[in-house]
Amino acid sequence: MKPFIQDLAAQHGHQATHLLAMLRAVQARFHYIPEQAIGQLAGLLSIPRTQIIGVAEFYSFFHLQPRGQYELLVSDSVTDHMLGKHQLMGYLAEKLKVTVGGVRGDGMVSLDNTSCTGLCDQGPAGLVNGRALTRLDVTKIDLIAGLIDQQKPLEQWPAELFQVADNIYQPGLLLGQPIAYGSALEATFKRGLQETLAEITQSGLRGRGGAGYTTGWKWHLCYEGPEEDAFCDIDAQKKPQRYVICNADEGEPGTFKDRVLLNRYADQVFEGMTVCASIIGAEQGFLYLRGEYLFLYDKLQTVLQQRRDAGLLGTNILGQGFDFDIEICLGAGAYICGEESALIESLEGKMGIPRNRPPYPVTQGYLGKPTVVNNVETFLAAAAIAVHGGGWFSGIGTEKSKGTKILSISGDCARPGIYEYPFGTTIQTILDGCGADDVLGVQIGGPSGTFISNQEFHRKLAFEDLATGGSFIIFNNSRNILDIVNNFTHFFAHESCGFCTPCRVGTSLLKKQLDKIVEGHGSAGDVVALEELCRLVKNHSHCGLGQTAANPIITTLERYPELYQAQLKKISYEPGFDLDAALETARRMANRNDAAAHLAQVGEDHE
Amino acid sequence: MSKTITLDGKTIPFEDGQTIMQAATAAGVYIPHLCHHPEFTPHGSCKLCTVKVNGRNCSACTFPAAEGQDVLNNTQELTDDRKKITQMLFVEGNHFCPSCEKSGNCQLQAVAYHLNMLDDHFPLFYPHREMDASHPDVLIDHNRCIFCTLCVRASREHDGKDVFAISGRGINKHLIVNSESGQLKDTDLDMHDKAAHICPTGAILIKRTGYQVPIGQRIYDHHEIDEVSLLTEQHHGE
Amino acid sequence: MANKIRVATTSLAGCFGCHMSFLDLDERLVALAEHVEFDRSPITDIEHCSNCDIGLIEGGVCNSENVHTLREFRKNCKILVAVGACAINGGLPAMRNFIPLEECLSEAYLDGIGVENPQIPSDIELPLLLDKVRPIHEVVKIDYYLPGCPPSADVFWKFLTDLLEGREPELDYELVHFD
Repeated sequence: MKPFIQDLAAQHGHQATHLLAMLRAVQARFHYIPEQAIGQLAGLLSIPRTQIIGVAEFYSFFHLQPRGQYELLVSDSVTDHMLGKHQLMGYLAEKLKVTVGGVRGDGMVSLDNTSCTGLCDQGPAGLVNGRALTRLDVTKIDLIAGLIDQQKPLEQWPAELFQVADNIYQPGLLLGQPIAYGSALEATFKRGLQETLAEITQSGLRGRGGAGYTTGWKWHLCYEGPEEDAFCDIDAQKKPQRYVICNADEGEPGTFKDRVLLNRYADQVFEGMTVCASIIGAEQGFLYLRGEYLFLYDKLQTVLQQRRDAGLLGTNILGQGFDFDIEICLGAGAYICGEESALIESLEGKMGIPRNRPPYPVTQGYLGKPTVVNNVETFLAAAAIAVHGGGWFSGIGTEKSKGTKILSISGDCARPGIYEYPFGTTIQTILDGCGADDVLGVQIGGPSGTFISNQEFHRKLAFEDLATGGSFIIFNNSRNILDIVNNFTHFFAHESCGFCTPCRVGTSLLKKQLDKIVEGHGSAGDVVALEELCRLVKNHSHCGLGQTAANPIITTLERYPELYQAQLKKISYEPGFDLDAALETARRMANRNDAAAHLAQVGEDHE
Repeated sequence: MSKTITLDGKTIPFEDGQTIMQAATAAGVYIPHLCHHPEFTPHGSCKLCTVKVNGRNCSACTFPAAEGQDVLNNTQELTDDRKKITQMLFVEGNHFCPSCEKSGNCQLQAVAYHLNMLDDHFPLFYPHREMDASHPDVLIDHNRCIFCTLCVRASREHDGKDVFAISGRGINKHLIVNSESGQLKDTDLDMHDKAAHICPTGAILIKRTGYQVPIGQRIYDHHEIDEVSLLTEQHHGE
Repeated sequence: MANKIRVATTSLAGCFGCHMSFLDLDERLVALAEHVEFDRSPITDIEHCSNCDIGLIEGGVCNSENVHTLREFRKNCKILVAVGACAINGGLPAMRNFIPLEECLSEAYLDGIGVENPQIPSDIELPLLLDKVRPIHEVVKIDYYLPGCPPSADVFWKFLTDLLEGREPELDYELVHFD
């Protein structure tokens, strides 16, 4: 192990900012992060071992206890459930003789759930040692179980298991006409940097991650940012340091458009980043790729290399004396890292905990330097705007939402996949386009967004009406809304970073309180208590995760109060735990099963 | 003319770079807090100091004061919410005050008293947490940790060490110490370190000093935390 | 007599310390007796509750009998009050929550030091233990809470006199204690 860790640290220049990458390598090699590796890395990177343990315990893909040689994870997204994930998981556990969450006795295989893997249009999906598995079914599971029993290395597994489809069904303004290689940079230099920034601003482009901050303004703020913050302390030449980060940590359940954009349009995305870098004066960029998209990594590295070879990246880009390069950093299973300041922390080799703001990343971002963080789709659009001009983009859409939105459509429809629609398109049009009928409702913007009922399909895709980072999950009338809300609420409790009290404790309390109602232990006051808890978590949480964690409950409670009420018992109070089950141990040990050895969940003649 | 903000309708001055908490403390106004300590970098995690700034909730300990801010602190709504947040801290850990040496001197308890918290309101988690009594002079009782990171910051910023850290995610957050064994005795913590004395609850205690002051005669038995806090923290800025 | 309010009290998984503290009202008990009569209570030896105005519950819920008692109180008392740390958060008895019940019972009855004739008591008359000790608000609805270990006699006095005089009960700073 020792030489392995030594080489690893050396490969990464003994930089603590690369901690995630190193731990990914350790986890891949040993199937856990051994104690010895922690001590050794702490010494080699000159950081406290507690930072390494902290990171290892924070990210879902790292483990301090050994996992299987084959580490199987099955996506727990609501869309996977709709495709029969629950039964498949049971079959998988039986077939592989391993419990969910456990490691098989021989150490060969481990099995667990994982948050949405971004393959909702081709689920049930999973990961084996980080590699994406799609369209899992009984046949594939039999095949996988056989391969594991034969201890076949992953490289020898049939490619069909790892096939990921793009499923682009509705290309529009951006997807229909990708820019020519290098054309955005050429146009930028030809037009002038300030003039191009003006075009970006004039286009009305807003951040596509969901929050919708005006892109041109963000770049402007970073460019304008206080110079003293931008200078690198150790650089004698006082060269300003700025950074461009592409947020490809698309963790919102139901979102997978960035996966397709990076698989099909990576050049344009990188070009958008390079345009941004030229404008704000950055020399270094990062693509923060969610760990679930490991399968894109090699391909993206190749794209970057081709761009360097073509003079579009690296030193003296297009002979303009402009240097810029992009590094790809992989996440390790943490939804919170989609939040820009948590992402920056993660890039710095730390736990993904959102920072206090202000200061914002545009003035103090990566390593404290001014940083632009934009979504994959934002850079894709920016590159196209650099070529075609702001007017080309702003001519489409609504007053406050210019251009188009790329949607990841999944759930109950004939053609789940990628769709690009102008802002202002009605939900009904979108539903018609993907072949959805008998629709109960749509979750727009993922669990953190809004659940709309089938009375609201006239509403529009737009920041001023229904904003979305791209997730669009359709539910037909056979679905149970409370099951959906339950899945989302558990998701947030699992993904809360735990930094602030209202989210750390509140999301767990929301889970408990909702479980109580869903499992039929609720009484009159329990919905009121649930609402109160929602309000607390929403109003007091530190970041967007906590502030939106109650949205699934809030938005469905608004629309379907009767569904919640129907779960309640007509009594004043019922315990939230199973009273009779709480006697089970004592009953067994005392070898009793008489009437007095049992408890009813509620008193005989309650009020 | 110094710059001012409005705090509960009262105009108070602030200096550039001050947070709302600092401005309020200097003006003699108490804003409830647990993770904040004037000597260390603000953390903003306990959320007890949430105030309404121009209608928006902000953490007073991290949010910069700025000209023209209208800040609400002492409102019924905020007091109710702060009580609920305190109750959250109580139910996620194991806070059995009658058997805790810190009782009466505990800031978590004192904030609860101040907010007239009489019950836990939420279901209790009863998490399984350990104690670390390995160190000759200092004891960690993880049951009482509220993840305020004051020990982490004190060790790093004041003691020049890195004895403590918070690890884990979500509700599984926990305090860890910097030693190969994971035990406090193998860290370089000294009982005279600031980090050993900063804990607002009874999670980190100095051994052999227990019950020197009887229960009933302790700080918060007779003085509310607003009074105590202002008295100690106002001097800090001077 | 007709105007007197009826008060019932009981101790579940508690130590009767709260009851002792109640008795610390001393001479004030005489004044109280003019307005209050006791129903089921260790003070009266009445075994079951009839209709009461106030029920004071000390202690948490550790076994099946506690559940039945608590339900009887909830059913018969207009106002149910959690008295003391154990009723409010499980208190000292809840410190067994961190040890699996199986281990607790084994240690006590099977393989602990000094155990003779090891066997788990199995009599139909004996209440079975719950896997965890619970605060009473997790089993029935509670109207008021009097914290303290125990709450001082002054707390009882303030609370009862507030109620008797038709005020919403309120505890001043010095009366709120968790220890």
